[in-house]
This record gives sequence, C-alpha cells and structure tokens, in this order.
Amino acid sequence: MGEFKVHRVRFFDYMPSGIRCMAFNQRTERLALARLDGTVEIFNFSDRYFQEKVIPGNDARSVEAICWVANRLFTTGLNGEITEYDLENLCPKYSVDAFGGPIWTVACNALGTHLAVGCEDGSVKLFEVLPEKIRFEKNLDRQKGRILSLSWHPSGTRIVAGSLDVINIFDVQSGHMMQRMLVDRGTVNSRTRECVVWSVFFLSDFTIISGDSSGKVQIWDSHTGTLNKAHLVSKWDVLALSLSQDESSLLAGTSEGTVVQFQFLSPTLGASEKEWVRTRTFKHHTHDVRAVAEIGTAVVSGGVDTQLVVRPLLDKVDVKSYDTGLRKIQFPHRPLVSCAAKAGLLLFQFPVQLELWRLGEGEGPGRPGHSLIVTRKPEKLLQLKRKGEDHICCSAISPCGSWVVYSTVSSIRLHRLQYDGSNISIAKVPRLPKVLRSAHQLCFSADSSRLFVASSRSTVHVIALSQSECKYLHTFKSCSGSTEPMHLLVASADGRWLAAANRACEVHVYNVRSRKPHCIVPLYGSCPTAMAIHPSTNNLLMVHADQLIFEYSIEEKQYTDWSRRVQKEGLHRLWLERDTPVTGVTFNPSNASQFLLHDTYMFCIVDQRLPLPDQKAQLYNQLTLKSLSEQDRKSYSHAFKFCKKYQPLLCVSVLEDQSVVVVERPLLDIATQLPAPVRQKKFAT
Amino acid sequence: MAALCDGFTLCGLASGPSSAEARILCIEQGREADHVIVTDARKSITVYKVSDQKPLGSWTVKQGQTITSPAVYNTQTGEYVVVTDNKVIRVWKDEDCFDKAFKATVSADVARVHALPDSEPVVLFARGGVRILDTLLAAPQQSIEELLPEGEVIRWSESFVKGKQKVVVFTTEQKGEHFVYLHRFNPNCLLKYKLEMEDAGSCLLSVSATVRNKNISFLYLCSRGCLYQSEVPVSGGPAEGVQPLPRTLLLKLPVGDGHLSVAAALSLDEANVAVVGVPHPSEGTRKEFLCIWNTHFQTLQASRELLGQPYGQLWCFSGKLYVPHGRVLTAVPYDCQQSSLAAALGRLKQGHGEGSCPPPPVRSWNSLLHEAAAQPQRSTRGIDTRRSKLRKSQAASITVDQVLEDIKTALGEDVEREVESFLMGAAGPDLQLAVGQVASQLVTRCLSDPSFYTRNSLARLVHTRCLCHSVCPGLLPLVLEKKDYSLVQLCLQHFPDIPEEVTCACLKAFIDVSDGDLEAVDIEPDSMSLMEDISVGWRKDGNLENGFSPVLLEDDGYEARIPPSKSRGRAGLLDLDVSCPVGLKKAVLLNEILQTAHTESFLLPHLKDLSVQQVLLFLRYLWFLYLKFSQDFNVRTSGLRSPTTVQIIDWVCLVLDAHFTVLVMVPEAKDMLSHLNKFVRSQVRLISELGKIQGSLQNIHKLKQSEDVGLYSIEIIELF
Repeated sequence: MGEFKVHRVRFFDYMPSGIRCMAFNQRTERLALARLDGTVEIFNFSDRYFQEKVIPGNDARSVEAICWVANRLFTTGLNGEITEYDLENLCPKYSVDAFGGPIWTVACNALGTHLAVGCEDGSVKLFEVLPEKIRFEKNLDRQKGRILSLSWHPSGTRIVAGSLDVINIFDVQSGHMMQRMLVDRGTVNSRTRECVVWSVFFLSDFTIISGDSSGKVQIWDSHTGTLNKAHLVSKWDVLALSLSQDESSLLAGTSEGTVVQFQFLSPTLGASEKEWVRTRTFKHHTHDVRAVAEIGTAVVSGGVDTQLVVRPLLDKVDVKSYDTGLRKIQFPHRPLVSCAAKAGLLLFQFPVQLELWRLGEGEGPGRPGHSLIVTRKPEKLLQLKRKGEDHICCSAISPCGSWVVYSTVSSIRLHRLQYDGSNISIAKVPRLPKVLRSAHQLCFSADSSRLFVASSRSTVHVIALSQSECKYLHTFKSCSGSTEPMHLLVASADGRWLAAANRACEVHVYNVRSRKPHCIVPLYGSCPTAMAIHPSTNNLLMVHADQLIFEYSIEEKQYTDWSRRVQKEGLHRLWLERDTPVTGVTFNPSNASQFLLHDTYMFCIVDQRLPLPDQKAQLYNQLTLKSLSEQDRKSYSHAFKFCKKYQPLLCVSVLEDQSVVVVERPLLDIATQLPAPVRQKKFAT
Repeated sequence: MAALCDGFTLCGLASGPSSAEARILCIEQGREADHVIVTDARKSITVYKVSDQKPLGSWTVKQGQTITSPAVYNTQTGEYVVVTDNKVIRVWKDEDCFDKAFKATVSADVARVHALPDSEPVVLFARGGVRILDTLLAAPQQSIEELLPEGEVIRWSESFVKGKQKVVVFTTEQKGEHFVYLHRFNPNCLLKYKLEMEDAGSCLLSVSATVRNKNISFLYLCSRGCLYQSEVPVSGGPAEGVQPLPRTLLLKLPVGDGHLSVAAALSLDEANVAVVGVPHPSEGTRKEFLCIWNTHFQTLQASRELLGQPYGQLWCFSGKLYVPHGRVLTAVPYDCQQSSLAAALGRLKQGHGEGSCPPPPVRSWNSLLHEAAAQPQRSTRGIDTRRSKLRKSQAASITVDQVLEDIKTALGEDVEREVESFLMGAAGPDLQLAVGQVASQLVTRCLSDPSFYTRNSLARLVHTRCLCHSVCPGLLPLVLEKKDYSLVQLCLQHFPDIPEEVTCACLKAFIDVSDGDLEAVDIEPDSMSLMEDISVGWRKDGNLENGFSPVLLEDDGYEARIPPSKSRGRAGLLDLDVSCPVGLKKAVLLNEILQTAHTESFLLPHLKDLSVQQVLLFLRYLWFLYLKFSQDFNVRTSGLRSPTTVQIIDWVCLVLDAHFTVLVMVPEAKDMLSHLNKFVRSQVRLISELGKIQGSLQNIHKLKQSEDVGLYSIEIIELF
C-alpha cells in the first residue's frame, strides 16, 4: 500500500468544558445538555448519539438549568434570565428577565403550559408558555433562602421547591405554601454548613424524592410532610437526580463521580407493597456528576470531567447490539481544526480565540516506524481573539493560507493574512457584504477565490474574494424548503460544484458557475457526518452517523457503482459498530482510488479498487498483513486500511506534499487540566 | 529499657526572692533508703519519708542565720550535719532541737559537707582544703590551707568511697575556664585537671559524677546541648601540674532555640542519663520535661512533662528522681533495665500513664487490704479457690513484680500457671520489658535450683516474640543444658541476636545428639514435613529442573524429562541420589542452625572447635542438602521455612575454611571433597551460561523501549 509521512500534532490545547445540566426529550429522543461555558448541545439519541446541534456559548450567559417544553428548549442562568433558543438558527431566540436574581432551576409542568423558575431571592415564579414567547404569570409565596430545585406534581396543582435546609410544597392555584419539610444537615462535621437540596422530584403518588449536599437521597410523604426513608449514598453531595418517565427508576449523581440507581420494587417477591430500593452503582466519572438523565433504556450522566457517558441498562435490552455498549462522548462531532493544505498551516478553533500554527519540517532516514529528525519546529504564528462576548461557532482557513474567517452567532469576520516565511501581517477585511450576518459553516473554494457561507434558513451565500475587494455574488436558497441549519459545506476542486448538508439529512448540490441548484442527493435517514467531493471524478463521498458510506456521482446524478457495491455487500459488522462518527474525509492526491476517513480512534485509507471485507474477514488486519509475505498479502488485503496508532484524533488531513497531518488530543492532557476532584476513591479507604 | 513512672509531689516549695532562683539548696540521702533530707534555700531542713510523702522532722535556723551547706546525715554517728553562715558547723540528732545542736566555728569558709556511706563525712573548704569531719571538730580552729588561686570558685563537689579510698572531687571556675580537682586521702593529694570546653559562648550547666570500674566518670552538660563524659582513675600515681581532661561526646541533645539556660543531667546507669530542662524532641522548644536518654543508642527512652519551669536541679536516690519545678518538688520513680537494641528502638513517644512501674510508692488502702488477704493463700498452696482465681484474673494488672516474686519461691506448676495468666492479660508497649524480667528471673531460678525447670512458661515467653537473646542471655545455654531441643529450635527461630558462640554450641550439641534421644523430642511439624519432602524421592513428580548439570542439559536438548537411568549413567561420579546422612529430626535442627544470622569472622573461631567426625557428618549433611536444593526447585518454593541455597553454600564454605587442612588429610573426606569440587564446578559453568543468556535478554528489553512522544513529531508509517 505504501508509506506515509505523518505530522503528529499534539499542541492543540483543546479543552472541553464540564457538563452542567441536561434534559432528555423522550418524544424526539433528543438530549439537550449545557456546559459550564454556556454552550448548549443537542444529541440525537435515535441517530447514534450524534451531536446534532451546537449553540455556542456567550461570556455573559451561564446556564444553570435546562428544560424542554415540547420541542422548545429553555435555559435559565445566573444572569437571572430565561432564554429560549432558536434551534434552526442555533442562537438564543429571546431572553426574559425574571427579576428574582440568579435563577437556579427551571421546571415545566406536564402539560407544557407553564414554566416555574426558582430564584436566588427565594421566590418561585410561574411563566405561561405562549407560542413564540413566555409571559410572567405570578409569584408563589416567597420564602427565605434561594430555591435550588423545583418539581411539578404531574397533576400541575402542586410544586415542590428545594431550598437551603428545607423543602417547601406550594399550591399552584393559591400560591400558598402547604408543607414545609426540614432537611437534616447530616454528619457532625458538616453540621455547621447548611444542607443544600440540589434536586427534588414530585411523584404522581405524592411522594417527594430529594437529593442534598449531605449525600442523602430522601423519600418524603408530601401529605404529612414526613420523611419516609433516607438513603445515604455519598459522603459528599448528591448533585443531580433523574426520574424515569414511568416513575420506577431514579438516578442520583454524586460528587464522588458515581451514579446510583434506585428502583421502585417490592422488597419481597410477589408482594404488592413497593418501596424505593438502592440497586446499582455506576462509576464512570472521576469528578462531580452534575447531570444525570434516566432515558428508560440507559443511564446518561455528565459532569465536571467533561465527558458524556451513556450506560445502557442491560435489563432493559434483549439482544446485544450497537446500543448495548457503554458509550463515552468526549469530543465534539464536528471538526475544530482546519488545514491549509497548500501552505501547511493549521487553524485551531477555541471558543474565544483562533490559533494559527505552521507545521514543522523534518529530515532523516524515512524508515517505517521511525521518526524523522525535526529540523524546524512548529510555530505559532497567530492568536486571534474573537470580538464581542459570543463564542466562535465556526472557522475556516483558505487552502492557500491567506484568508482566515470565523463566525459567531452575531457576526462574521474575515481576515487577510500575509505571510512570507518570517513576517506575518493580518488585516481585517472591512465592509463585508451586508448579507453576511452569521454562519453555521464556512468553506473556501480550492483556489481560494470564493468563500461559501452557510447561513440561516439553509441558504448558502457565495462571496468572491480578491486582493482588492470582497464581493457578494449569489445566494443559494434551499430548494426543498427546509430551514434546518447547514452543518457541512464542501466545494469541488475545479470550482464547479458545491455540496451542503443540513441537519434534516438533506444534501444539496449546487452548480457554482451557473449559480443554480444542481440536485438533491436521495434522502437518507441518518445525518451525514462528513463529506467531500473527489478532486478528479467529482464524486460526492458521504459518511453518515450510522457509519454507512455513500458515493454519489454529481454529474450523473446517481450513486456510483462502488457505492452500489458497498450497499449490496454491506459493510463489515465491526465497522458499523464503531463508537464515534467519521468526522473527516479527504482524498489521497497521489492515488485517485483512495480516500481517507477518520473518527476519534482511528483513521483509515479506503481503496476503492480492492474488494470489500466480507463479514468473516478480519477487519483490522494490518498486523496480520505485516507478518505476511508480499504475495500472501494480496489475497488477504481488503479495501480498509486502518491505522490506530494515533488516538484520540481531532483532525486528519493531507497536505499538498502528500504527507498526512494528524491532530491528537491525549485524554491524559485533558485530565490533568481538570480541577482536582472533590473526592477520589483511593484503594482501601 | 528505662521507664519513668507516675511522679508524686513530695512537698511544695516556699516562694523564694525571685521566681527563677532555686528554692532548694540540696537533697541528701537520709537515715534509711526511703528518707531524704531536703535543705530549703537558706532557712529550713526537712526529713521526708518518701513513700509516705510525709515529713518526719523539720528544723529551721534562726532569723539572721543562713544555711550555706546542705544538711547531710552521718551514718556513723546517726547525726545530721549542717553549716550555717559559712563557718558554723552544727551537729544534731533526730530528737534534738536545732537550738541545742552542737556548734563549732571553723577558721575558714566551708564550701560543702559531704556524707560518705559507712565513714565520716568530709568537709570541703571554699579555698580547696579538705578535712575529715571528726578530725576537724577535734580542733575546729586549725588553720586551713588555701589551695585554689585567687578568683577560682568552687561550683560543684562530690565525694566517693571506692574500696578504702575516699575521694572528694570538685569543679571550679575561673574566668570561664573550668577545672576539676580530685582530692585523695591517705596519702592526701590533690590532682588538677582542666576541662576542655566548647567554643566560646557555651557554658557548663551541670556536672555529675559516678564511680565506675575504678574510674570516676564525669558527666557534664553544656548549654549547646552536648553531653560529655570524662573519666579519671580513682587511685593512681600523683601527677604534677594541670592535666587536660579528655572528653567524649555521649549525646547531642535537641536544643530548641539555640541554647539551654537551666538544665541538669544525671547518669542513671551505664547507658541511661536523666536530663531535666531540655526540650522534648517532638514537642518543640518547651523545656519542661524530664527525659531519660539512652546514650548507647542515642534514643529517648522515657519522658515526663513537668508543670512549671524546672530549676536545673536533679537528684537521684534509691530509684527515684527528685526534680524541683514550678512550686513543687516532685519525686519520680524510674526503672532502668539492661537495654538491648531491640528494646531501645521506637520508644520516642512515651505512653502517658500506662507504664509498667514498680509498685506505686504510695500504697492505697485498697491494695493493702487486698494483698493482705491474698498473701496467706499464695504462700500455702496453689489451689484454685474462687478468690485466687479472681486474683489471677486481675493478675496482669496487678504487677509483674508479683510474678517475679513468685518465681523466686513457688512450685514449678504454680509458676507456670502464674506466668500463663500474666501473659494472658499483659499487652501494650511494656510487655517487652515485663517478659524480659520474667524470663531472666525464671532462668536465675532454674540455674540455682536444678530440679526446677518450667519448660512451658519459657516456651510461652519465647512465643511472645518479645524476647531476644540479649534480653535474657542465660536462657539458651540453660535450655541447651537441659537438652530441651524443641525449645532450642524455638529460640533459634525467634531470637534474632544469638551470638556465634552460642550458635556453635547448639550446632555441636545437635551433631552429637543421637537419633534415639531425639525420638521423644517434639519438633515443629512444618519443618518436619519439609525434610520429609526432601529426603523422600525428589523425582516423584517428574518436574525436573535443569539446574544441576549443564552437561546433561546440553546433550538432551529440549527433552524435559531425563530418564533416571540415563542421567545416573551420565552423572558417573556425581552420584546424585545421596541419602540423608542424619536422622530426620536432627536434620530439622541443623536446618535451624543454618538459618540463624551470623557473621562469618565471628563464627569461624568457634567452628574450629568441632571434631573431625562432627565436621564430616555436618559437611555430608550440607552436601546432601545442597544437592537436593539444586535438583528440586519445588523444595525451594514449597513456602515452608527452609534454609536458602546461599545459606547452605555459606556454611559449606565456612566449614571448609575452618577445617580444610584437616579434611585434606582425612581419607574419609577425600571422596566427598572431590564430589563437591566437581559439582560446584558444574554449577559455576551453568551460572556463566546463564549470565550470557541474561545479557541477551537485557538487550531484548532495550529494544522494546517505548518512545516518548512530545508535542510534535514527524513519523513514517506503513500501511499494507
């Protein structure tokens, strides 16, 4: 197959932010989670846990609680506002100030008509949910002490509110407090610290379950206001609770990194009397578990250690399948690195800045398995801070390396770079066309003369770039009428074609020269996660979240023979069961029949001339092939050539000189930058 | 080991003119061991019965008079002697009133009067003259020579009797220089020594002296915390002029904030020194501590916190230390045992209030009654009445002393029972001390009374693992003498510090004992089973090791199993099926010897005492063991207590070293020596081959070194 020169890059200091809270929408199977930096992400659990949408954060906005109301998403934060998000334009739609100081919690009633928020000043405020807005309705009786958790009774007549040292029950109609339950402060050493009720749930049988800072999960009777049972699950805080929809299972996330499951069972076989029993403990986190979600078939948890863990409950599944494996989602499902192939530059995207690096050079004997002597070290050329308070949502560098563009939800900034090998100068391009307001995805044409901007309502703007000016040329409108945001945008090497994929799984192909929509690739049920247009054949190669690979001939407007063969023979089982979506596709410039794919844990070169592996064949066969003789290799080799040496991968790209750039972000480096855990289990303690 | 017991207040101290000034002039031994004479600063003299904390008599000088030399008790005449106003010597008896005391005024200032056991007190004059009291009183106005130069002042003095030689020693100070004078009687002579001092800025805080092996040993403490010792012979030729007095640094005490101001040190025995006014090493710079340090091991043995500032004064009479501190004078009973390293280690932190002590000096009514009730029963018979059972159940808490006392007289079985119950209850850090005492006492009894031998008690004591040879040196020889081989085995297993001489004696005894005698001996089953394994066919599981003959290994290639006939044929001279030359039990005992710790150079002279026959037998046995060990890997990994191959080879070398010339001459030994030689040579070859393999294995290890990936590298990969 051949040798490759690999630039192994580990200097991208990407640091994911910790998970603050999450909410699962059972109906659409979407999980919304908010991170500590205010980013809101939406995962589609029905499409291989694909990170479907990312709403970038904002310095001024922090998210403390998140809540679905039907298909609408609301968050509240310490700035005292309730924010609804525009899930098509991936930005906040509007914010309403509750005038109660920081808002710690939000809860929606079962009908989806009212939101209740808990404020710092001790008030619980009710908002009426109207189409396109919310309206303040009333305050419940104000109590002393901030409200940290809220839960509606399914009937909508009562609200329970967790505060400091106390749990209050309110009647929604009158707004009066009905019951007041004092929470024990716990062990001797924490007696002086008030007990924070971090989470509370109101069950339909009028049971209340609370989790608090002294490590207890307590079951209360709301009629009498008495404590039925207390489970001590942690020496530290119980930070989050989550109840399954049928109210038979409860999860508690603790500061020790454990998630404890309780189930509503009868303690003796056959008895009808049921009680809450502690059943399982999961330990997948090293730090605080700040958010948990019980989604029926799995336990979803996230916390300060930044990873989202999906742990299937094996008693709920019948057959072993893709969904029964433990899943840890650590890295975003979108590229944060763009590579200028001609100039050998890498652009790293951070939430608040961009970094531009020049790759190094090396020389020496190029034997496989060895490193070259680095003669020129990689160099950080530029650090570009974003303007304003919004975080960067997308960025791109032109292949020639002379244009850098980034976008926030409020603005797009285009910079012109001049780099002669020693001096670098950067100039912001003034007076961008008015049409450029914000972008979901940015892309340069191969000759760097065009900039494509995927904008709201599935439109793509085409901008002509030249030394002197920057001119708006055209806007491609969505011909299907979809308004979902575009998340992939690729241009062909000859400058003729532009392909754009949106979150509704549509892939549109436009003819740039004639400025007309060319076609829509037949709709497939899974979201494309990466795509590229072949530089010579102009075939569009797409990889979807369910790991299937399609090749579509743009000129013939039909799937290619290879693609049909793949569909007919099917992909290898191990390929389909991989954990992370393919986030990058590139082509091997020296061999037209080969393309490169990568996910977080591998990159592979697919040779379209070779036979596909059948189900019984060994998929990861590099070691076997290495040990075979030249002749035997032919009979054993198949189309997929895996390299798992570099992990975890954020970007794989091919430079003009045919060397490969891999950007790694070792998990250990992330772990060392995390704050010290509150409590770490040491052996024999 | 040394321990401080709970102290008790002997008396309060009258408040002096200033708080820092000493309130007690001196404490002296009274008429009986339990009596002390406390001379208050300037005014009064009180005699205390210490165990009752009760004053027996008190005398006060009149207004205007001051006591300048503390009262002493003249054992010859039963009178007290004190000096008031420097020149007036007063002598009186217990029942006398102070006013009626005999008075004599002498012509020169008296520095101190010293009492001497079983002889007349001596009087030391301020200018260095010395007189015996009765000769002085016979002619009070006799002229006293001035021996000290102008400006030299006596700081401290003491007197001793060694044999018939009376000695008075005193130290003087002149302009920061310190001298030691030694005055001998019959003939009178005065020797002068100069004390080496530390560099400037440190001063002498306290001096004390003891007589030890015809030497007077001075112990002096400097303000830098250094404790020095110097020795001066009691008798010896007179020397001219001032001699320098060499010193040795015994101990460097921890000094908190740079230097000490008031402190005192007192030698308790050869190893232990009591120190007051020096900070506790783990308590910061506070100096209110009474500590016992071991100078041999430089360890803190015991410490006790004092309430109030001590005055840098410390006396010691009949097992009690007397320390004035704050507003009280405290008597602290102490206990110094002969120390061993094992016992000395790790006593830095003294457990408060739970030390095992001599019986409390103040008897409570309770214990008096209890003991009175218990006494007759103990002396009559050891029948287990309910009450004596009760007593036994409390025995542990009662005392070690009771056990010790009983051992001296009681019947064997009573003693066994007593020791058993004592051990049942005893625990804690002082068990070691108590076990040592009990064992020593038992050994003493056994030695003095040949019919008395409490095997079970001794075994029980050894089993506590608190005993070692140096704590009770008589034990092992005694047991050996009693031919109690199983107990010898036990001791060999448990004592870490058996001297080579004793080891060798055991070895000799083991070799000489006939197998018949060992029939009845009860040997530990584990070591027996090991020996059974070794002597019963080593080839039973066919798991053959290839360590014994590289020749065979090379020839047989990969064949794991060598047919017995073949290997025997090949081996030829190396007849590998040697049978055990000694009986099983004897072998077990010899194994214990092989496993004892020893130093070769100390062992060698004792090994030379073995006779040729003994050497031959022992060597044969070692040869046998060595063969078995190198053949059968299972023996070594059986997990049982067994000698290692290295130990066996060490012993072979030792025995050969000790007796080589003799063995060469003995015809019986020739065969074995040549076998041994060949076998060892083959082993050496094997080892050298293994060395080569090790080299290549290390190279393989080097190849697999994992590379360290930095932030950036350019690599070449190949895909197939």
